Amino acid sequence: MIPADFEYYRPKDLAGVLSILEEHGDDARVMAGGHSLIPMMKLRMADVPHLIDLQDVGGMADIDVGTESISIGAMVTQHDIIDNAALSAAAPILAEAALQIADPQVRYMGTVGGNVANGDPGNDMPGLMQCLDATFTLVGADGERSIPAREFYEAAYMTAREDDEVMTGVTLPLPKGGYAYQKQKRKIGDYATAAAAVMIVKEGDTCVSASVAMTNLSDTPIYSEAAGAALVGTSVDDAALKAAVTAMLGDIDPSEDNRGPVAFKNHVAGVILRRTIELAWSRA
Amino acid sequence: MSKKKHITLTVNGKQEEFLAEPRELLIYTLRERLNITGPHIGCETSHCGACTVTIDGKSVKSCTMFAVQAEGSEITTIEGLGGPDDLHPLQEAFKEHHGLQCGYCTPGMITRATKLLEEIPNPTEEEIRFGMAGNICRCTGYQNIVKSIQAAATEMNAAKEAAE
Repeated sequence: MIPADFEYYRPKDLAGVLSILEEHGDDARVMAGGHSLIPMMKLRMADVPHLIDLQDVGGMADIDVGTESISIGAMVTQHDIIDNAALSAAAPILAEAALQIADPQVRYMGTVGGNVANGDPGNDMPGLMQCLDATFTLVGADGERSIPAREFYEAAYMTAREDDEVMTGVTLPLPKGGYAYQKQKRKIGDYATAAAAVMIVKEGDTCVSASVAMTNLSDTPIYSEAAGAALVGTSVDDAALKAAVTAMLGDIDPSEDNRGPVAFKNHVAGVILRRTIELAWSRA
Repeated sequence: MSKKKHITLTVNGKQEEFLAEPRELLIYTLRERLNITGPHIGCETSHCGACTVTIDGKSVKSCTMFAVQAEGSEITTIEGLGGPDDLHPLQEAFKEHHGLQCGYCTPGMITRATKLLEEIPNPTEEEIRFGMAGNICRCTGYQNIVKSIQAAATEMNAAKEAAE
């Protein structure tokens, strides 16, 4: 499998990246770990006449755990996330999710930026970032802007990122409460049949806030505000779990594919969300 | 046609320099250009792990990386771990514990396992199975692969202790 011919660039800084993007428009693509893009180029489903390798661009591979927020550079790999003790102490849901992505080899290469920017509905980080109410930083010719993860995804592979913009990092408020990311997949390395990200805050025996997002059950990740709302004010009993699942099913729109028909996807989504809420609640 | 790139790699301790099109995948560079045929082409779609090599301390599927991306890096393949007269403890253990049947996945398995044991010198069975999840064997040989890696870990830890 040999991709179509392309020109290769390895700029040393963001200005270099932006000038190539400006010159070649949508004929140019940036590449981080390449583990989504290269397979598509090999299958000739992605045509990239000008490939910009980001590996030498500095300042995008840091993890910074602050007192109120966490920032993660776009070039931070899934392996870096799993390997970072301070990050796992502050936001263990990130490593829990990263460990369910692909396999060890892919996690050494696959990056946070690539995972969230690509817009593949199968990717795990977009739903996770919506659950955590993260903000993405984009840099373009006109400077830097931020956009909430919950507003970033428009359709499969369609996002609010303009062709001449580069995603440089992710910032999220320090997560509070119980957490869980759970994923049903056919085999190691597969995308989710259904996956759920849940953060939940408990006071006494009552849930006082909850955030729910689902992966690979629509052409975008789905932040289900209604599912979270169904849990707030309850003791997360059976009735609340059922209400949250019903609310979530109203927000997703799965389509039939080789992972199963729509009814099956809805069923698995319900099972996974229930499990994820129960696990997050037990940790709250 | 795009301009060829001048690429320098260190493979198994030996510096290699050549001109290649940017679209040349690293697995082809190794196998066809450098005649290093230990890393195999299995699925060629980033799933099976037969093409696994170590690049600057990371286990990487060399079918999913362009040679030009690896410019300046140090690469180790199965050939760099040990030869017929001086087998690496993992090679020895795979031989002793029947960790292979057809052998096609073995170079990738062993190369990946060296990195796993570097990160977790004394892994549990579960850690081995999870850490080797990017390598597929189609001879149903996982049980003996796990045994081989456990045996190599014991051997390597004992040798390390003896040296200290």
